[in-house]
Amino acid sequence: MFEHYLSIFITTVFIENIALSVFLGMCTFIAISKKIDAAFGLGIAVIVVCLITVPLNNLIYNSILKEGALAWAGLPEANLEFVGLISYIGVIAAAVQILEMFLDKFVPALYNALGVFLPLITVNCAILGASLFMIEKDLKFGESVVYGLGAGVGWAMAIVVLAGIREKLKYSDIPDGLQGLGVTFLIVGLMSFGFMSFGGISL
Amino acid sequence: MTVKQYKQILSKPLLEENPITLQILGICSALAVTSNLSVTLVMCVALTSVVSFSNLFISIIRNYIPSSVRIIVQMTIIASLVIVVDELLKAYDYETSKKLSVFVGLIITNCIVMGRAEAFAMKEKPFVSFLDGLGNGLGYSIILIAVAVVRELFGAGTLMGYEILPLVSNGGWYPANNLLLLPPSSFILIGLMIWGIRAYKKDQIEPNEYKLSSHATAPDLTKRELNV
Repeated sequence: MFEHYLSIFITTVFIENIALSVFLGMCTFIAISKKIDAAFGLGIAVIVVCLITVPLNNLIYNSILKEGALAWAGLPEANLEFVGLISYIGVIAAAVQILEMFLDKFVPALYNALGVFLPLITVNCAILGASLFMIEKDLKFGESVVYGLGAGVGWAMAIVVLAGIREKLKYSDIPDGLQGLGVTFLIVGLMSFGFMSFGGISL
Repeated sequence: MTVKQYKQILSKPLLEENPITLQILGICSALAVTSNLSVTLVMCVALTSVVSFSNLFISIIRNYIPSSVRIIVQMTIIASLVIVVDELLKAYDYETSKKLSVFVGLIITNCIVMGRAEAFAMKEKPFVSFLDGLGNGLGYSIILIAVAVVRELFGAGTLMGYEILPLVSNGGWYPANNLLLLPPSSFILIGLMIWGIRAYKKDQIEPNEYKLSSHATAPDLTKRELNV
């Protein structure tokens, strides 16, 4: 049992890394990776939100939306999968809002560190993408917890690594047109080629 | 507003203020769906219609949205439009919808849609907002189609599934560059494309925050005394 969860975790972090293999959350990935501190803060926020929203969406899908899931309410033929997208994004927006208020009230230190990043996360495709992949893979509740954690950790690791490279890049002499955005794209491309080498591993 | 201004709103996002190469918006899907031109075209049509109609609808009700809940309201409108597109695609082109998998759903969190709603549709009149959405959708499509053409043509020797360059493996002369079929190659292509656009549009170049100092202070090796 433990091995099964561990293999899901390793697969999501390395082989199917949500940033470098499926390219989700790229907008914030490239915009907020100029400094390691900011990248780290955003990474932690993504881990926390992923860990909360993926299992939540799993519960909603399995107990309400899935075909035949409403049998207990006397509606065995109901199939609400078509409202899936709107409910997942609703759950994510609500979870982020509640998390923000909770942190503001009870853990002010963490709120000050993460505060600016939390609203950004609602529109981060890594979060919605993790939920959608979870539905596509048809994971059970326990697996979805591990999957959410793995997706967050993988994304956070990738953005911290990219921020590290970009900080070093300040000292290099780059052609004018390639400065900033251009060279970042090339670096992410190379990093992603690097991550493809995990592709052949099967667990 | 005059016709000229309308034209400007429509054409500005194509190259001058392109959402992908200048504003870093909506990159995720630009990378994952560009290995095949016909799939890319479907994705471009889907995104362009979502962004133009979401701009239109948000602009119509912009004066009735309380600013504290505006993100949720925008999200709801966008998500409903995406659901419509997704269901249409499943009904009429199931094959492509399978290939696009989660990326149609991810139009909801595509920053172009959200960004235009927030930056343009909340302030301007409906028709202008619609044009702005259309322009941004087309700007996104131009980059995607360019990347997809390069990747499919040089990676597989085909365009829209028709053979253009006969491959060596089929008895032709063109050795396929399989590297281009791998997803990361689209990063490299977009990076080079940004370089090209900025070489032409100099004002888009980002200033260098850390200038290298010249070598004036380097030690003069010819005058160094040797301690032998």
